[in-house]
Amino acid sequence: MRIWLLGLLLVGAAGPPPAVVLASTSSVENSGLLGRILPIFTQQTGIAVRVVALGTGQALAVAARGDADLVLVHDPDAERAFLDAGHGVSRRQVAWNDFVVIGPASDPAHVAGGHDAAAAFAAIRAAGAAFVSRGDRSGTDAQEKRLWRAAGLEPAQFSGGWYREIGGGMGAALNMAHAMGAYTLADRGTWLSFGNKEGVRIAVEGGDALINRYDVIVLNPAEHRPEGREPADALATWLLSAGGQAAIGAFRVRGEQLFHPG
Amino acid sequence: MPELSEAWRGAMPHIVGLSLMVSLSATAIAAGIGLPLGAALAMLRFRGRGAIILGANALLGLPPIVVGLGLYLLLSRSGVLGGLDLLFTPAAMVLAQTLLAIPIVTALAHRGLEPIWSRLGPAFELDGARIWQAMPHLLAIGRTQALTAVLAGFGRAISEVGAIIIVGGNIAGHTRTMTTAIALETGQGNLAFAITLGLVLIALSTAVSLVGFALAGRHAQ
Repeated sequence: MRIWLLGLLLVGAAGPPPAVVLASTSSVENSGLLGRILPIFTQQTGIAVRVVALGTGQALAVAARGDADLVLVHDPDAERAFLDAGHGVSRRQVAWNDFVVIGPASDPAHVAGGHDAAAAFAAIRAAGAAFVSRGDRSGTDAQEKRLWRAAGLEPAQFSGGWYREIGGGMGAALNMAHAMGAYTLADRGTWLSFGNKEGVRIAVEGGDALINRYDVIVLNPAEHRPEGREPADALATWLLSAGGQAAIGAFRVRGEQLFHPG
Repeated sequence: MPELSEAWRGAMPHIVGLSLMVSLSATAIAAGIGLPLGAALAMLRFRGRGAIILGANALLGLPPIVVGLGLYLLLSRSGVLGGLDLLFTPAAMVLAQTLLAIPIVTALAHRGLEPIWSRLGPAFELDGARIWQAMPHLLAIGRTQALTAVLAGFGRAISEVGAIIIVGGNIAGHTRTMTTAIALETGQGNLAFAITLGLVLIALSTAVSLVGFALAGRHAQ
């Protein structure tokens, strides 16, 4: 048995042909975008891509430990801190879409139809309507906290039952908002591809404050496995190339474009 | 939705196969360590025996998420075992599930075999050489107890998600298993599909138990 274990370790250590480990934010994976575009890259280059879908905070933490070859995330503030700490060498925007405020059809805070997310958040607070927060340091969580501060409120000081930090992914937050009739902030990609949304709908969308940019970060070669560097550079280059950008723009779910190139 | 289920039909065989491969490998390794250890605990009195029994029983409730996190820190590139390049591979998942299953197999094997040995033991002359000859006999006579211990370890391995989602990364086509796929589908709000996957998982683990008992029963005749 010990020999078998050793054999397993060796099989794992020997590893398959060139592969890049991409630590990505969950929305680009769970919406189906990467599943659609990465096979094109693999077909062109022979490089397999292993996507580890995490919240942005966790994806950056995993990359900082040297456990990923490339990062695709969406939290500008956290990305700057990551670059300042020397973990990454460059950051380029590969796609964008927007965040939407999701709420119950009954709309207890009377915010439906608006475009100003900060004003809507203030109204939700004033009405004491239930709000589900990711609370997981993901890009969406960071954006939500920024919107509260833009409304002149400090989410760290929220108390009482109306504001619920669940420490979970976008899907968990949407499932809970659906179950509780609560508001939440979602990225449009996950929202559009989400299955369980009877009775919940978009309340606020379209404001400038809701822009959601996705960046690819090339990591510091000194901190990461050398064999991952070339395939990672190839993937970053492809995502930014005309072909990669066209593939991102062509991705549709139920006829809707989820991500805009650039 | 139709395109999604199309993609899933293609991915399903790999997901089911990987779940079985990882959990059966982990169970086999855990059995290889836990059964002899459990039998030795039943047969012998040695220094540290009490501590091992206590330890195995205490670790029955070992939280998968903690095993996953600890193993992640070890296998991470900045960790002690980072050079093995095992993180986000099926081998890392086997390792995690093995760690979870060993205490279960050991504690249940010891508990099940001890009463058998107390009846059987006096018939064997207990010197250092013979104990190793007696152990296969004990395991053969107590095979239903040993099987229960092994199946409990398998049950733990195939059903856990907390450890393998951290050290495996839930990578499509590489480290995605039944349980991590269920977590993913739930997160995408595809609840009906998630529960369908769950039923397949239950059917699979039931089938493995039935095969195990059928084999033990056949040998008994």
